Amino acid sequence: MNVKYMYSFLAVIVLFLIAYVGTEAVGLQWLFGVLIPYVALAVFLVGFIRRVMGWARSAVPFRIPTTCGQQRTLPWIRPNRIDNPSTTGGVIARMFLEIVAFRSLFRNTRMKAKADGRITYQWEIFLWVGALAFHYAFAVVLARHLRFFLEPVPAPIKLLETVDAFFQFGLPVVYLSGVVLLIAVAYLALRRIFIPMVRYISLANDFFPLFLIFGIAFTGILMRYFSKVDILSIKALTMGLVSFSFPDTEVLKAIDGLFYGHLFFVSVLLAYFPFSKLMHMGGIFLSPTRNLPNDTRMHRHVNPWNYPVDVHTYAEYEDDFREKMVEAGLPVDKPLEPAEAEKE
Amino acid sequence: MKDLPKPKDFYSRLMHRPGSTDWMDTPVDIRKGMYCYAANPKSLNILSAPFARDWNPVEEDWKLPENWQQILHEGFKERLERFRSFKVFMDICVRCGACADKCHFFIGTGDPKNMPVLRAELLRSVYRNDFTTFGKILGRVGGARPMTLNVLKEWWYYMFQCSECRRCSVFCPYGIDTAEITIMGRELLNLLGLNIDWIATPVSNCYMTGNHLGIQPHAYKDMLDFFVDDIEEVTGVRVEPSFNRKGADILFITPSGDVFADPGTYTCMGYMMLFHYLREKYGFDITWSTYASEGGNFGFFTSHETMKRLNAKMYAEAKRLGVKWILGGECGHMWRVINQYMDTMNGPADFLEEPVSPITGTKFENAKSTKMVHIAEFTADLIRHGKLELDKSRNNHLKVTYHDSCNPARGMGLLEEPRYVIRNVCNHFYEMPENTIREQTFCCGSGAGLNAGENMELRMAGGLPRANAVKHVHEQHGVNMLACICAIDRAVFPPLMEYWVPEVGVTGLHEMVANALVMPGENKRETDLRGEPLEGMEGDTDE
Ligand code: HEM
Ligand code: SF4
Ligand code: SF4
Repeated sequence: MNVKYMYSFLAVIVLFLIAYVGTEAVGLQWLFGVLIPYVALAVFLVGFIRRVMGWARSAVPFRIPTTCGQQRTLPWIRPNRIDNPSTTGGVIARMFLEIVAFRSLFRNTRMKAKADGRITYQWEIFLWVGALAFHYAFAVVLARHLRFFLEPVPAPIKLLETVDAFFQFGLPVVYLSGVVLLIAVAYLALRRIFIPMVRYISLANDFFPLFLIFGIAFTGILMRYFSKVDILSIKALTMGLVSFSFPDTEVLKAIDGLFYGHLFFVSVLLAYFPFSKLMHMGGIFLSPTRNLPNDTRMHRHVNPWNYPVDVHTYAEYEDDFREKMVEAGLPVDKPLEPAEAEKE
Repeated sequence: MKDLPKPKDFYSRLMHRPGSTDWMDTPVDIRKGMYCYAANPKSLNILSAPFARDWNPVEEDWKLPENWQQILHEGFKERLERFRSFKVFMDICVRCGACADKCHFFIGTGDPKNMPVLRAELLRSVYRNDFTTFGKILGRVGGARPMTLNVLKEWWYYMFQCSECRRCSVFCPYGIDTAEITIMGRELLNLLGLNIDWIATPVSNCYMTGNHLGIQPHAYKDMLDFFVDDIEEVTGVRVEPSFNRKGADILFITPSGDVFADPGTYTCMGYMMLFHYLREKYGFDITWSTYASEGGNFGFFTSHETMKRLNAKMYAEAKRLGVKWILGGECGHMWRVINQYMDTMNGPADFLEEPVSPITGTKFENAKSTKMVHIAEFTADLIRHGKLELDKSRNNHLKVTYHDSCNPARGMGLLEEPRYVIRNVCNHFYEMPENTIREQTFCCGSGAGLNAGENMELRMAGGLPRANAVKHVHEQHGVNMLACICAIDRAVFPPLMEYWVPEVGVTGLHEMVANALVMPGENKRETDLRGEPLEGMEGDTDE
């Protein structure tokens, strides 16, 4: 049994129970519905910005892009403008593809060895598919949730909902994004648990966000399709959160504990975000191997902390070897002193 | 080579299985054949490096300074501020594992701590403990651990089992470059005097005598003079290299390994013949230097500062001699340093001119600031303009495949130029499988200063993926020659091939160029530069 994922799993269960019991049994709707979400959002915003500023404060002394294609050189050799960009435009294209299409992950291969020692490297697409499905589904779900915070609901959100509900089956309409999110998260988690090497490198804090997001999607789906929570009261609460005019306790009490579990999960995710690997969202923009052009032979890059160093100068070198150099017929800057010349 | 495991022992490690204990609970086992000897204190002292002493990696006591943890902590902190790369890479890895089976050392050794992600975690776990709130609170559960002697030994062992090849960084969705993390790890280790001798001694040699091998100026000239004789024997033409000559148009700098050991020596002869040809035909004017007689830079494998100290000679010598620009020979990490670091560290090179080929008039726009051109770029341009008379058939006895060295591939993007040259100087050229060349090329297994003798088992394991691909083209197409543009490759591939694919030899690009080059006034060639009979010339008969 692997304690790492058990810890994370238990943590998520406990978190849910805290919110459920806290609202259903103890009546702390204000705490879980209002106070904690605000605090979590504040922690997220402040934490995120501080983290990014922390990175930005560190210097970029050298341009170290990982070049993944032909450099720009002689005019008749075609450069790879995206994977080995030499211009800002190329860098933007490269970054854009990294962020929207996970281009590097798309290259993924899997190494396999035969018993006779032959090794092959096959294209491995599943991680890319799973990761892309997960992130896009997450983004769509997130965007759809804006309907709870905006009144009237903006047209683009409605359009998104229509597209998302494209595969109409049953009532209420089933949103594809939620289902995909659940499946993709499950895949990513199972992969972590069952692929031995991936399990070996995983930490508790790799399982935790997956389980948490699974929890969010799962409680969300339960509310929507099964337990039928009181949507009107929920919207009253969420609109209250954005407008700082809160509904009275009665309305809050009318909402099922399942919802508070859902909301608490989201709050925890928000507060956890800036301190965790989820910051890859910000970090990818600042990754020096991707966001710099490979142009340092064309344009000098300046290192803000470049400092002078000790070197062994030519003069010192010649002093060390002058006699031998003269003897070998190598030119010297300072001729041999007569005394030295005689010594031989 | 005789103590090495058998190929089947290496093969059995390819079935990767993780250990049964968590990696943090698996203490490091510094194993013979896998590690390099400790730095000689004399070499460290020449560089005024800290804590020079006699110590032995396999002994319990590493004779560390009292406050070693504090030194590391402060060194870590300083580097987080100086290098955004380091800080971002410490923070954002999601441990997706995409980089894991991309590392030749992991593939070949099966040691989980050779997965790039775990190699990085060795540092990251300490980073969490020392520099992050969550790590401080959660401790082990949060993936954090304090710096202990055992952790230090683990760092040392695995930082010197990474050849800084950057293959992992190609596949990482955030571009996390474990090479960069290794570079930082090695810098930190150097703060405690924990370098390996195979790096420290070449560095101190290079510092004092101008090159890694410590070849003194007169000996350097002697060695090239030997080549002059050898060339004359094969071609009948006497070439005349010049040294430290003020007022030459161009300064030539190449790794000293090519002056010293076969088969690099033939590449060196290749340069000399090409320069002679160009001088005779077009009045080309180039000089070698005994002071800047090293293109390679093992300082890069020590610390950024040491890299800068060694690299400074290139510009200093170019300035002293008053040349227009610099031409650089075939070398791997040398070119990453030139392409991504030199101008920033030791520039601006405003005393040089923007490089223009005196023969074709081509402006090397891509080198207009650093003012240093790669010889593959230079030669490709000559060929393109029809400036070289080449007899390809003189390389007909070779069935060639080409190894992209890590640094020119992933730290520069020099992919097509050498291929263009190869296609123009020989008739039989076969590429290795797609996932093992260009930006996905596999390291020779001995880069970043790991080409010592005592770690031969590591080298054979790390070189296995490359050798495996060579073996594939050898079996499919009868390839018998592995071409490369790196002096370390030329030094380390012969034993690697000897072990894995003994039928395949190793050559530099310009050795093949020189074989094909029809020199003015030459005798009819009967052998190549190595004295091997050309096709149709076997058995010493006339045609
Ligand atoms: C610019 C935005 C983002 C980009 C480009 C991005 C990209 C990626 C990539 C390429 C992976 C690796 C593949 C994988 O392991 O699945 C990944 C993993 C992950 N991302 Fe993101 N991501 C972004 C934003 C987010 C956000 C907002 C979340 C929020 C919750 C998130 C959560 C995760 C998680 C939990 C994983 C780990 C999956 C696993 O453990 O296997 N990402 N991300
Ligand atoms: S590929 Fe990148 S993000 Fe994934 S485990 Fe490796 S270093 Fe971490
Ligand atoms: S840089 Fe190369 S040797 Fe180092 S971890 Fe990455 S793949 Fe392995």
